[in-house]
Amino acid sequence: MEKIENYFNKFSLKFDAKLINEGFARSMVATFCVQLNPSVSEINDIKTAVSEAVTNCIVHGYGGGKGEIELFVGIKDNIVFIKITDHGVGIKDIEKARQPFFTTKSKEERSGMGFTLMESFMDELDVYNNAEGGGLTVEMQKEIRS
Amino acid sequence: MEIKYIVKDNVLTAKLNGELDECTAEYVRLSLDALLKDISCVKSASLILDFSGVSFMDSTGIGVLLGRYNKFSKNDISMFIKNPQNHVDRILKMTGIYEIMPKIG
Repeated sequence: MEKIENYFNKFSLKFDAKLINEGFARSMVATFCVQLNPSVSEINDIKTAVSEAVTNCIVHGYGGGKGEIELFVGIKDNIVFIKITDHGVGIKDIEKARQPFFTTKSKEERSGMGFTLMESFMDELDVYNNAEGGGLTVEMQKEIRS
Repeated sequence: MEIKYIVKDNVLTAKLNGELDECTAEYVRLSLDALLKDISCVKSASLILDFSGVSFMDSTGIGVLLGRYNKFSKNDISMFIKNPQNHVDRILKMTGIYEIMPKIG
C-alpha cells in the first residue's frame, strides 16, 4: 500500500479491547468518513471492515483478555486510510489466515471470513506482525467514489 | 439486539432486530438454540430468520448462522432467511450462506 503523506484530516484513538467497543469503533470511523459524502453502501463496507479488524484484535490478538486497540483514520482527497493495531499474540502464518474460511477457532463457530470481507469491502489490505511491541497491525484503504 | 417470535401455519419466524456482531452473537446463539427444544418435536419443521431488522452484520454473524445450521439440520429443521437489508444480503451471498439457508420474501 502506498504511504499517504500529509492527510487532509485525521484522528486516532486508543480503546480497551472490549466487545462493547466494537460498535463504538465502527461508528466513529463511519461518522468521520461522512465528510467525504460516501454512499450508504460505502459506509457499510467501511463499518464491516473495521468491525472485522477490531473483532480480530479482541478475539484472536488478546484471546478475550485485557489489552488496548489503537485506531488511526486519515483522509486525503477521496481516500480513507484506516490502521488498527493490537499488541496481542500476532498471527504466525498471515498468508494462511487470509484465506477464506480459514480459522484457528473452528470449535467456536468462527466463519474464517474476516480477512476475506475486509479484502472485499476495501480497495487495499495489508496485514503484518508488529516489529516492536508484538501484536498485529491491519492497514486498509478505500476510495470513496460516489 | 432483540428477537421476537411469531408462529403461523406451523412455521416459526424469529425476527431479529439490531446489530449482529461479536457483542450480540452469544445472545443470538443462546436464544435460537433455546428454540431447538420447542420445535424439534415437530416433524420437518421450518425456522424463518427474519433479517429485515438486522441493520449490521459481520463475519461473526456468519459463524453464528453456520453453527445454528449444524444444530438445526441435525434435527431435520430447515432454515430460511427473510428480507435481509442490502449490505447484509451481500455478506450472506458472498459467504454462500444461501446455499444452506435459502433466501425468501
